[in-house]
Amino acid sequence: MKKSLRAMKRSTGLSAAVLGASALVLAGCGAPPEEGGSSAAPEESDYMGCIVSDSGGFDDRSFNQSSYEGLKAAEADLGIQIQQAESQAETDFTPNVDSMVQSGCDLVLTVGFLLGDVTKEAAAANPDTNFAIVDYQDPEFTDNVKPIVYDTAQAAFMAGYLAAGVSETGKVATYGGLNIPTVTIFMDGFADGVAYYNEQKGENVELLGWNKESQNGTFNGGFENQGKGKTDTQNFINEGADVIMPVAGPVGLGTMDAVIEANADRPAEEQVKVIWVDSDGYETTGKGEEYILTSVMKLMGQAVEEVIASDVEGNFSGEPYIGTLENGGVALAPFHDLDASVPDELKTELEEIKASIISGEIKVESEASPK
Amino acid sequence: MSNEQKHERQLSRSAAHGDEVRLEAAAELGDGTQAPPAVPAGAQSGELRPELRESQTVLQKIMTGNALVAVLAVIMSLFLGGLLIAFTDERVANSASYFFARPSDMLGAAWTAASDAYLALFQGSVFNWEGESFSRMVYPLTQTLTVATPLICAGLGVALAFRAGLFNIGAQGQIIIGATLAAWVGFSWHLPVGLHLLLVIIAGIIGGALWAGIVGLLKAKTGAHEVILTIMLNYVALNLVLYLLTTPAFQRPGSSNPISPQLDETARYPLLFGEGFRLHWGFIVAILATVLVWWLLNRSTIGFELRAVGANPTAARTAGISVTKGYVTVMVIAGALAGLAGVAQVAGTEGVLTSGVAASFGFDAITVALLGRSTPWGTFAAGLLFGAFRAGGVTMQTATGTSIDIVLVVQSLIVLFIAAPPLVRSVFRLPEPGALRGRRNRKPATAGGAA
Repeated sequence: MKKSLRAMKRSTGLSAAVLGASALVLAGCGAPPEEGGSSAAPEESDYMGCIVSDSGGFDDRSFNQSSYEGLKAAEADLGIQIQQAESQAETDFTPNVDSMVQSGCDLVLTVGFLLGDVTKEAAAANPDTNFAIVDYQDPEFTDNVKPIVYDTAQAAFMAGYLAAGVSETGKVATYGGLNIPTVTIFMDGFADGVAYYNEQKGENVELLGWNKESQNGTFNGGFENQGKGKTDTQNFINEGADVIMPVAGPVGLGTMDAVIEANADRPAEEQVKVIWVDSDGYETTGKGEEYILTSVMKLMGQAVEEVIASDVEGNFSGEPYIGTLENGGVALAPFHDLDASVPDELKTELEEIKASIISGEIKVESEASPK
Repeated sequence: MSNEQKHERQLSRSAAHGDEVRLEAAAELGDGTQAPPAVPAGAQSGELRPELRESQTVLQKIMTGNALVAVLAVIMSLFLGGLLIAFTDERVANSASYFFARPSDMLGAAWTAASDAYLALFQGSVFNWEGESFSRMVYPLTQTLTVATPLICAGLGVALAFRAGLFNIGAQGQIIIGATLAAWVGFSWHLPVGLHLLLVIIAGIIGGALWAGIVGLLKAKTGAHEVILTIMLNYVALNLVLYLLTTPAFQRPGSSNPISPQLDETARYPLLFGEGFRLHWGFIVAILATVLVWWLLNRSTIGFELRAVGANPTAARTAGISVTKGYVTVMVIAGALAGLAGVAQVAGTEGVLTSGVAASFGFDAITVALLGRSTPWGTFAAGLLFGAFRAGGVTMQTATGTSIDIVLVVQSLIVLFIAAPPLVRSVFRLPEPGALRGRRNRKPATAGGAA
């Protein structure tokens, strides 16, 4: 047995070596660049923009990723230098922010409320460095911190109205990752939108998974477990919901799985639809796009780029940036493939609602709204 | 050999040989960490029988010792990590496309990538020669000690349980509960300086001890397996703290984010070297804990009983030691140590309670205990090494753009190699332990019995 094992080891080793070598031969045949030339990059600004993620990392398909993309866009458009530090755990926050400040960053962008205290302290201790923080606001921030926050409930309100309008079964659903303000603000807006539809049309569309009064509903305990997202979604579908909005980052992909399975044996008019959040899910989910009705977008990248641009020009202020329907910080994504399933009348109503929210005629209120 | 036969043999022997046989039985059960209390800690996972030890030369001892395997495992992991850094580097990938035209480019780029990354790792964890002032230069070292503090405390807890034959996966949950209780005392009570911190520490210890004590009790009373119990209690602890953080009692006034108020200044560990450094008195507590565990294991009756239970519960019972009491005691102490790690988090570095307060310390602690061969000072040293990895990883990431995941990979590889001493031996062509003596031809891995 031992002998045969050893023989096998040798043969696999050999074949691996052959494979590796041939790969190298194939890959290594290119021509080398000219010595000492071609590295002269176009003139770059010496402005340094830096980002520290929270424990989700830059590939979280959520706010870390969007913020990072905003910084990358600023690098491309404004020619600034960038540095990034990914936090594996909350213990990394202080060292990461400190290391950014020490390495001479002009602006340090931190992501998420968990970094709130760390940012506040670092900003107070380093008045010459500017800071910006996504999704968190604190009255005790010094002037060199710019909070970037979103009144997401405004766009979610429109999504709720839309969902109620297209639902065939009279039931729509939503669930969250954790019961935290940046999640519940979506759910509050969605609930209000559904309620507004009922009020206007005298209908009785039911919302599953969230109760705005008691501020409680379905949460799957995190932003990782896609299997849980799938189970929750299947439960909602079994209860009769046909529009579902997952507010749980990548867990929403579990919803896509459940919806793809459920729609496989349903006629076109009874198909379950999904409302994605944060980014336009039609472009980012990579599966089941055809069932994505719309997305409640928080355009973080855009805000990050704007903040950096104004700092490069020397116009930094600690005034919070609040993303709203009015300034385009939050928006409803296009309907893409499902455009035909949204009646024109509903489209016009949505435009009217958007205008009334902007004018303040309709007040969308959530406990989680930025003040 | 069936268990029954084994017991029979052991029992018949124990009548005749007493102490020595207990040790032999320990070795046969695969737990090489057992040693008589008089042997110093450093030698514990070395050779068990004095007469054999004498017959070996010093060189042989070093060559076959587990300490060498641990060091080599670290070296091999760093080497593989270096390869990984090199091959994920952009410049290396670019120059690989014309490898045959000018191989020096790729090899040079690979060397630069790996050595730069490791230099940054060193610079971020031990000494920063580019620092503006002396304090900035030694800052990385204090940072390493700061990060090592919870790792050492929790690692000691895991190591202690290993020695009693229990595989304590639950340090994570114990840290969380310890931290929760400590934080609650820290932010909701307002007490004078000194007393407040003392109560915070005690609360943390109680929290961890309770959480682990449940496991010891269930294991002793019902025979439930401690691995299952501790893993499940980790989930319970995490979800419990998530729940608590949704209740107003644990939230900041006027906010519904799942984050607790900051602990009072009186509840925080004072800083050791003033404002410029993050190192706090928790590190001194960690040193004291290490001394305590060393004393407990090697000088006290309780420690002797724990190791006896770990070596062979049946033999221990025959010798009149209460196994039930042993399990409960060891888990309570292990939990108390993990609770100290929780205190180091909330009263030391973080100052607030969140659901991620334990980071991954509870799981890293298992690695730390394994690498430290379950001895108190070994665990201390391993905790420092892992603290250095974590602290240096931050600089490595910002200075060279190397992904911080590399640090995780290196840590995981270390575990892998430690779990497979024969692999390390064959790579470095080390003699098999016992091969020279022609006696026992297989040397059990450290704490392998517990695994």
